[in-house]
Amino acid sequence: MTSVPGAPVLTMSFDIEGRNFKASGEASGRIKRTLEQVGLDWNVVRRAAVVLYEAEMNIVIHAHRGVLRAEISPQKVVIVADDEGPGIPDVSLAMKRGFSTAPAEIREMGFGAGLGLPNIEKHSDQMSIETEVGRGTKVVAVIMVPGVAPDVTPPDVTPPGATQADAT
Amino acid sequence: MGQYFHSVTLDRDKCRGCTNCIKRCPTEAIRVREGKARIFEERCIDCGECIRACPNHAKSALTDRLERLSEFEYTVALPAPSFYGQFRRTSTPETVLRALLGVGFDDIFEVPVAASAVGYAVRTFMSQASRTRPLISSACPAVLRLIQVRFPALLDHIIPLESPMEVSAQLARKRAEAATGIPHERIGVFFITPCAAKVTAVKQPVGRAKSAVDGAISMSEVYGAAVSHLKDAENGRRLQVALAAGLGWGRAGGENAEINQGELLAVDGIHNVITVLTEVEKGRLTDVDFLEAQACVGGCIGGPLVPENPFVARANIKAMADMVDSGNPRPPFGEDELAALYDAGLFTMVETIPPRPVLKLDEDVTRAMAKVERLEETLARLPNLDCGSCGSPTCRSLAEDIVRGLAFETDCLFKLRERVRDLAAEMKELAEKVPPSMDQPSGSERTPEVG
Repeated sequence: MTSVPGAPVLTMSFDIEGRNFKASGEASGRIKRTLEQVGLDWNVVRRAAVVLYEAEMNIVIHAHRGVLRAEISPQKVVIVADDEGPGIPDVSLAMKRGFSTAPAEIREMGFGAGLGLPNIEKHSDQMSIETEVGRGTKVVAVIMVPGVAPDVTPPDVTPPGATQADAT
Repeated sequence: MGQYFHSVTLDRDKCRGCTNCIKRCPTEAIRVREGKARIFEERCIDCGECIRACPNHAKSALTDRLERLSEFEYTVALPAPSFYGQFRRTSTPETVLRALLGVGFDDIFEVPVAASAVGYAVRTFMSQASRTRPLISSACPAVLRLIQVRFPALLDHIIPLESPMEVSAQLARKRAEAATGIPHERIGVFFITPCAAKVTAVKQPVGRAKSAVDGAISMSEVYGAAVSHLKDAENGRRLQVALAAGLGWGRAGGENAEINQGELLAVDGIHNVITVLTEVEKGRLTDVDFLEAQACVGGCIGGPLVPENPFVARANIKAMADMVDSGNPRPPFGEDELAALYDAGLFTMVETIPPRPVLKLDEDVTRAMAKVERLEETLARLPNLDCGSCGSPTCRSLAEDIVRGLAFETDCLFKLRERVRDLAAEMKELAEKVPPSMDQPSGSERTPEVG
C-alpha cells in the first residue's frame, strides 16, 4: 500500500450536447483511454467506463447541454456530470431500476431503460445527486482504487444542499 | 523470437515504408522507422490486416510447409470449415477431402465435426453457467488477443471453451492412434489455416500450455497442391461426415446458426469487433447471451491466407452445405457421446487468459499522469491531420510515441516545416544585421555619437 498525500490530479472535461447521439460516447471513450494510459487497475477502468458512459448518456438523453468531467488521481477517479436540463423531481424514484422518464423515441434507440442512475451507483463507491427541477442535475460518482491509501483530505463529494442518493 | 511469437512478419526488402499498414492496424502496432515498417510485438495480435493492406506484399504469414509432413510416420489433415468454400460446385465435400489425401496426408479429420461438438458445448455451458453476459466466442484467436491487448476488462466474458481446431486435433490424434497403433508422438496433426492468427495459436496458444496441433499450413499452399487431385478416384471409406451446420462456421454468422440458443449477436471484421466490444465495455448488450466475433470480414473465408474471393467462398460454402444436407447425414456424435466428452473436459479451456495491457504510459501511476498531460499538450501542437508521414498512424499516436521517448516532435513534417520557416525568418533577420564597421548609416540610431 502506498500513500501519496497531495498527489496530483489529472482533470479532463468535455462539453456534451443534449440529443447529439452521433457524438455520444466519444467523451467517455476519451476519458477511458486516458485511464488506461495512466495504468489504473483495470477493474477500476472497467467500472469507470460504465459510469462515464451512463453519465454522458444521461446528459445526451435528458439535458440541453452539460459537462462531463473526470478527476483522475492514483487513489480514485471522480466523475462529475453537470447539466442544464429539466432536473429530477423525485430522486429516489429515478434511482429505481427500470424507472425512466425517457420518451418513446429514445427507448426505441435502445436507451432509456431506466438503468442509468442505478448503474452509476452500482459501479461506483460513492455517489451523490444534486438537482433542481427546471435548472439541471449534477451527479458526482467516486471510484476508489483498491490497495491505495486514501488522500489525506477525504473527498467531499456531497456539496452542501445536495440530495444523497439512497444506497439501497 | 522474443516474448511473443508472431506469424505476421515483414519482408524488409519489399517494404517501401508507405503508410498503408500503419493506418489499418487495429492496435496501432506498426510504425515506419528508417524507411521500413516495424511491428511492436507486444501490441501485434496477428489479425493479418497489414497482410491485406500492403500493396507491396511485404507483410506475410509464417506458416508450416507441406514438407513437414515427412517428420511424422502418420499424418492427419484438419481442414478448417473455410476450406470447403475454396471449391466451386463441380466439386463435392467428398472430392475436396479426397484431394487433401492426394496432397500427402494419411487421414482427414474435419474441423466442422469438432465445430458442431463445440456448438453443443457452448449451449451446455450457456444453460449451466450464470456468468457475466454477453459470453464472447473463443473461436477466433485474433479476437482473443485483441481482448488481451485492448479490452482486458472483458477477459472474463470469453467463454472458457476450446476452439474447434484444438478439439479436432485431440479427437484426430486419438482416432489415428486407435486405428493404427502408432504412438501419438509419431502422428502429425496439421491444421489447414485460413489465417496467421491460427498459426500463432498453434505456436503460442492462450488458454492452454501447448497446442494439440503439430503445425498450421497455409490454405493457399494446400489449395495449390490439392486442385490437381480433385479427380482422384474414390477408394475405401467415406471421408465426409460433418454436418452442414459445422461447415457453416467458415463464414460469419455460422457459429451462431449452430448454437441457435438464447440471444445471439455476430460481428465480423476486426474494426467492427472493436466497436461492438466497446459497447460491451460500456455496460451495454448485457441482454445478449453469446457474441460471435471474427476478425476477418465475412468470417474465416475472409482470412488473409484464403485463395478464393470471400464472397464467392460464401456462396460455395452454402452450396457444399446443401450437398451435405441432401445426403441426409447422420450426426458423427450422438448427444450422449457429446455429453460424455463434455464431462470428460475435452472442451474445457484449462488456463485463464492473462491481460496484455499496452496502453499504459508508465509503470508508475503518478509518472504516467504527468505523461498524459505532456501527451495532451504535445497533441495540441500537432496538426491533427493524421497523415502518417511521421511513421506513426495518427497525430495522437505520435504524441504517445513522443512521451514514451520513441519519437520527436520534429518527426512531424508540418512541425519540421514550421521550424525551418522560423529558422529561415531568423536567418533573414540575422542576415540583415551587418557589423557596425560596414553599416551604412540610415539614421542616427545605429551610430553612437562620438563626443
